Parts: sequence; C-alpha cells; structure tokens
Amino acid sequence: MNNNINLPEIPRDKFRFVEKNDLSHDKKLETKPVGYFKGAFLRFCKNKGAIVAACVIIVLILFAIIVPFCTPYTVSYFDEHYKSAMPRSELFKNTSFWDGCETKVQNKFEFTVQYAIGLETGGKHNGIKNQEYEIIESVDETTGAVNTLYKFRRDSIETVGCIYKDFSFKEYAAIQQYQDEHNVQVIYPTIDLADRPNGGNGSYGGDAKFYFKTTPITSLTISIDYDEDGNIIPVYSKRPVSSASNDMYTSKMRIEGEDGVEIDGERYYYTYAKPKGAGVELRINYYEYFVYNHTQVLKDGIESPHFLFGCDTNGRDILTCLASGARFSFLFAIAVAVVNMIVGAIYGSIEGYYGGKTDLIMERLSDILSAVPMMIVITLLKYHMGTASQILVLFISFFLTGWIGMAGTTRMQFYRFKNQEYVLAARTLGAKDGRLIFKHIFPNAIGTLVTSCALIIPSMIYSETNLTYLGIINLASGNITSVGTLIANGQGALSTYPHITLFPSVFLVLLMLSFNLFGNGLRDAFNPSLRGAEG
Amino acid sequence: MYMFKYVLKRLGLMLLTFCVIMLICFTLIKLLPISVPREMGVDVNIGYFRLEQRGYIKDLVFQNGIVVGFTRVPILTQLWYYIKRIFTEGDFGIGTTIASYSLKPVWDVFIEKLPPTVLINVYSTIIGVPIGLGLGIIAALKKNKWQDQLINIIIILLISLPSIVLGLLIQYFACYKWGWFPIIMDSGYDYFSWSMFKSMLPAVFALCLGSIAGYARFTRAELAEVLTNDFMLLARTKGLTRGQATIRHAMRNSMVVIFPSILSEFISVLSGSLIIESMFSIPGVGRLYLDSITYQDYDFFMLLSGFYCLVGLVAGIVIDISYGFIDPRIRMGAK
Repeated sequence: MNNNINLPEIPRDKFRFVEKNDLSHDKKLETKPVGYFKGAFLRFCKNKGAIVAACVIIVLILFAIIVPFCTPYTVSYFDEHYKSAMPRSELFKNTSFWDGCETKVQNKFEFTVQYAIGLETGGKHNGIKNQEYEIIESVDETTGAVNTLYKFRRDSIETVGCIYKDFSFKEYAAIQQYQDEHNVQVIYPTIDLADRPNGGNGSYGGDAKFYFKTTPITSLTISIDYDEDGNIIPVYSKRPVSSASNDMYTSKMRIEGEDGVEIDGERYYYTYAKPKGAGVELRINYYEYFVYNHTQVLKDGIESPHFLFGCDTNGRDILTCLASGARFSFLFAIAVAVVNMIVGAIYGSIEGYYGGKTDLIMERLSDILSAVPMMIVITLLKYHMGTASQILVLFISFFLTGWIGMAGTTRMQFYRFKNQEYVLAARTLGAKDGRLIFKHIFPNAIGTLVTSCALIIPSMIYSETNLTYLGIINLASGNITSVGTLIANGQGALSTYPHITLFPSVFLVLLMLSFNLFGNGLRDAFNPSLRGAEG
Repeated sequence: MYMFKYVLKRLGLMLLTFCVIMLICFTLIKLLPISVPREMGVDVNIGYFRLEQRGYIKDLVFQNGIVVGFTRVPILTQLWYYIKRIFTEGDFGIGTTIASYSLKPVWDVFIEKLPPTVLINVYSTIIGVPIGLGLGIIAALKKNKWQDQLINIIIILLISLPSIVLGLLIQYFACYKWGWFPIIMDSGYDYFSWSMFKSMLPAVFALCLGSIAGYARFTRAELAEVLTNDFMLLARTKGLTRGQATIRHAMRNSMVVIFPSILSEFISVLSGSLIIESMFSIPGVGRLYLDSITYQDYDFFMLLSGFYCLVGLVAGIVIDISYGFIDPRIRMGAK
C-alpha cells in the first residue's frame, strides 16, 4: 500500500517514453482456424462406421472402374457351353470352396460319364475334381434293393468334356500344328456313327462325351456297357494300318506321328476326323479348344476358361457383367445426382430468396411434379421414345422428380439465412441479389446439399436396379448390363445355381449398407447443431 | 371448424393434382399408336366395334367384311367419352394386348386381382406393426445397452437390404433350402384356406421385414426423445412405476407421430409392391400393372396408374390430417 500514498506526486524521473515496438497488440492465435468444411471433415473422421463405409464405397468404385479393363471378357461375350459355370478362384483350388466345382450326388450312369472324361484325358481334364468320389449305398427297406449313389465334386468347366464340331481342312491342319507346337491334345479320336449312342440319334447321339460302348434302351435313354472288371469299353473309330493308303478315313483323318494300337497282331490307326460336307467333324476337348480358339484364332486376350465369379445362365462372365453394370450404375447415379443438385439448387435459391408469390407458384409446380408416380413417367416416356434410348428415359424420369428434394433443402436454408444481420449488412452496403445469393447465403446450403447428394446416389442405384430387375427398363440394347438384369437372370436358376444371384446381391447389399452409413456420417458431420460439440 | 376447412382444402388440392396427372397421362397415351384387341375364334372385327362403341375410333372402312381402316376421334372427345362411361356405366375400358384379358372389362379384372395384393399387405401389416413397435420400445427403454445396440444393428441391416435381396434370401433359404413354404403362390380363389395362407407367407415376410425395421427405428427415436422429457420425471415423482409412466405418458405422446404412419401404411396396402409380387408370382395388382406396361395395354395402364396415384396421394394427406386429429395442439398448415 505504500506505493500508492504519493500517487499524485510521482517523481518525474519515473516516467519514460514508450517505444512503439514494445506495444503488445492482440496476440495472434497460434492455433489454426478450423473452417466449415474442415470441421465437418474432422467430425466425420470421428465416426468409425462412416469411415469404414467410405472405404467400402471406394473399394466398390475402384472395382467398377478397374475390373472392366482387367478382364478379357466383355458384356456381350458368352459361351453356351459354360452356362451357369461355378465360380473358381485359383487361390482356393485345393479347397472345396470357390473351386469351380459343385457337389453332386448322382447315379452310376451320370457318374461314369463324368469319370470317363478324366480317364480319356489321362487326368489332365477331370470332369470330377481330382477323380475323387464317395459311394453312398442305401438299402430300400421294402424291396431290399441296394441303391448306389456317387457323391463327387463336378468341375463345371471340365464337365463339358469333348464336343463334336465342324471344321474346314485348313482349320484341321492348323489345330494339328498347334498340337505339335504346344504339346497338348485338342483332338481326340472320333467315334463311328454306329458306335455313338443310339447310332448318333436320340438325346445322347450328339454327345461327344460317350466314347465308350453304350446300349440304347429307348431313343431318349441309354445304358453303359462295362467289361468284366467293371470298366468302360472305348469304341474309338480305328482303321487297320494295312489299308491306310486307300482309305480316306485313315490317310487323311489320322494324325501324323500317332502310332495307333495293336490288336490281335494287327496295327490300327485311330481316326481323328469324320468327313462332313466340305470339311471334317472333329471330336475336340472343349477346354483345349477354347484355349486354342482364343489364343490362336480370335486373339481376344482370353487365355483360359476361368471365371472368378462364374457364369450366368447365358454363359456370360458374371465378374465382367457385374463390374460394368456397377460402373454404369455409379456413372448414371452420379450424373443424375449432379444434375439434380444443380437444378435443385438454382430452383430452391430463387424460391427461397424471392419468397412471396414467386415461392407460392414455384412450390405448387414442384408439388404437382412430386405427386406424379415415377412408374407412370417411365412407362409413358418408354412408350414414346422407344426401346433404343432407355438410358435417356431413365435419366429424364429420375431427373423429373429427383431435383425437388434438393430444391426443398436449399429453400429451407435460404429462409433461415436471408434475414440474418450479415445479409442485411451486405445488402445495405449495396450487394446485388446475385452476390447475396451465391456469395452470402448459398454456401450455407452446400453442406446439406452434399449430404442429400450422398443419400440420393444409393436410392438412384436402388431404383435403377428395381426397374431393370422388373424388366421395365431393358438396357441390353445398348450393350450395357445392370445389376438388376443380372439378378433377374439368376433368379430362375436360384435353386440350382445360387451363385449367379449371390454376387450381384452381395454387391447391392454392400453398396446400400455402406452408402447408408456414409450418408448418416456425412449428415452428422455437416449438422450445424453438432458443430464444436465435441471440442 | 378449422380442421374441417383444412381437410377440405387438402382434399381439393389432392383432387386437382390427381386430375392434372391423369389428364397428362391420358393425353400422352392417346398420342400413341392404337392397338386393337383380337381374340381367337371370335369375329375379327369385334375389337374395332368395341373401340368404336367406346368412342375411340370412328368411320370404320370395310373391305370384304373386314375392317381395314378407321379414323381416330380427337383426344378431347375421347376424354369426354371416357369420363362419361366411367361415371354412367362404371366402364374403364377393355383389355387389348394382354392376351389373357383381351376384350375383358378392365375393372372386373382389376377387382379380381385385388384380393391377393390386399391380403398379403394386410398380413404383412398385422405381423410387422407389433414386432416393429415392440423392438422400438425395447431399444428405447434399454437405450445404449446391448439390447439397443443389437436391435440397432438389425434395423440397419434390414433397412439397407434391398427388397430384391431380401426376397431372394427368403426364397432361397425358406423355400428351396429348408422347404418350409411352396415356391409360388397357390392358384385359385380360396384365399382363406390354410395352404393359400402358407403359400403367401414368403411374400408376407419379404414385405414386412422392411416395415418392421422402419417402425422400430421410428419408435425408438420418438420414444427415446419423449422419455427424456421433464414430465416423465414428474410422473415418476408422483409415484408411478416405470412401466406405468412409460405406457401412460411416454407411449401416448410418441404415438402422435407413429400412429399416422401406421394409418398411411394401411392405406397403401392396396398398392403393394411390384418387386415382391413379381418375385413370388403373386397374381395381384402389381403383376397386372407390370403386364400392362410390358404389353402396352392402355386401358389397364390408365386404370392402374390412376389407382396407384390416388393411393399415394391419399396416404400422403392422411398422415397430415391425422396429426391434427390425434393431437389437437398440432394445427397443420396454420400460419
């Protein structure tokens, strides 16, 4: 207290001039300012579910972008022999899951046909995986008859086995050359017509899998003949060597360097082709032929029949179809969402900013538009625009009602902010309408717009999937496939080949789930009431 | 009196919207090429006569007793005949291109197809509403405990599962794998027999699982909010048990929001789901609508579009109006 006693008489020498440099102004904040978007981003990052969802979405988008470039197949490619082929991954080939096989329990006839494929190719192409099988015997209690069934895993690619196919002599020579160069066997000895099931007629007559002796029962059913050891009896077409020079069958149809077999002291050559028209009919192993055809003839980049996700009921590669369907869905949904957002933002801005009569009229207009059921719009557009421009139909009908929600959000934000002090201040300072709208008020609506954009994308994909599933929109004419088309295709075979619907469904579920979580996270992050709530 | 005015205003607006939509629809359809119904074994001209009788075409040109040409009536005149026939004879037109309903009155076919759709949706509502509400109440009462989290996960899963996938899952597991239900719905008109009920169940489940999730989420959010209110604390201080307070005070208040949505669901049971009906081969209105779209059967399309449009509009205003009736404090549309 002593210091204050002589306050009015402070000695002069106690005073001195301040140096301007010493003046301390307001301290500059050392922390960085957190802007609106940065804050939203930080809040978003705290939501673990949303982060995971965002990662899943990125993976799905990458899948849609990259995979169509990586697979050699195209959407229009199909192979009728590989209809409903099972999915096969090289990683799992030694397990009994995702190995391109399906478990079958069949009678001896069916089993033998599959087993014989492996026998003929020397284990190179096994219709039954690793030629492993289990015998299941059951005794019928009333009759006492023993019922034998075979349980095995059928390889859905190799089960095609051999087929008969017509070639010209030139192609025949080319295949033979390919065989020599690559040391593989494409052509297998043919079967004389008389030895084919039912003499080449009936339901099995054209089936090249039967290279062994069979006995017809009816025109539709046959039985397999076995020798005393229970083995099948091959009935390859062969001609004695002695008649090789003059017999068309043996001179032209045998393959150079193939020595044939010796039966009862006489050499026979196998016949590898049957003359047909101007060319020959060959019995080819379809797997090897597929490889030959795609690597040597078509040169379309396909190296072997290998379908990671299997094939659908038309024999199209599901992976390719799914990826390009997904790519279309994403592109389409994003395009529609962006257009919706732009139109909705402009419409909503005008509505909200000017208010009054303008607002009333514009609201009524969007009210009526939003009451129009989308199905009616799509159908009428489809009728009028024809089947060729279905993407446009889809686009217009999604756009017609899609922007209304966006306009509503923008309008709300405008009503909230247009009378706030800062806007009034800007107006007083002479800001024009355009500047007020875009510079001062609209940025407040961006957050909610982005959120509704993120929420509208999955709903677009969902509606598009539904419409293509129902067949109302058919994109096949534009050589595009859609997830909905894939599901509809697989639904008919749901009981036997669930994998056709599995992959598109999994894609759809992942997409919906992650977009829902992502959208919720985004909504929370942009919600102004939560701003700064977590410090 | 205020409510009455409000309801009238809403109804008027709804009718206006409905008329505008249907007018546009009618005009656009009448601009399309006309298709003439044909039926095997019947006079080839009968389709033309029926259309002429309905005022769609006139001046038939005959050649060897077969109609080869006609003039189309102006669209506004057609519209007049169309409306007149609807109001005087209840005639909405005849089937043209859907082979099985060719030349049959559209309205009769529609009435015949209505029961399966309505039944499936009624069953689905009967099963879905109690389970959905129950799950929501449990989740709200046990908020942030494991029960709540479990129910939340189920809700998110069910909401995110598209109805296509849900339908496929039920079809694959319940129908094929475990063989609980027949794969497609029984034919015939004995809608209340046990086997018919059983064959409807897969579709019912596919329909109600989605709405269960919706109700549960809605109830949980509403009830959880009401439970934190001060009057709940007051109710407990008065000496009510937790159960009494929840049922008498919290539930009643949360029902203000939940009940209208149940009501609107009851109205929209008529419309059903195109996806579910086509997936489970339900011979209902949805299938008929799909067929009319695929085969371009215009009279069917007009009738069913009007029907769907009306159902949607009515369901929308019922929500708004019922708010006012349930809770008189809410004055919808008030300034």
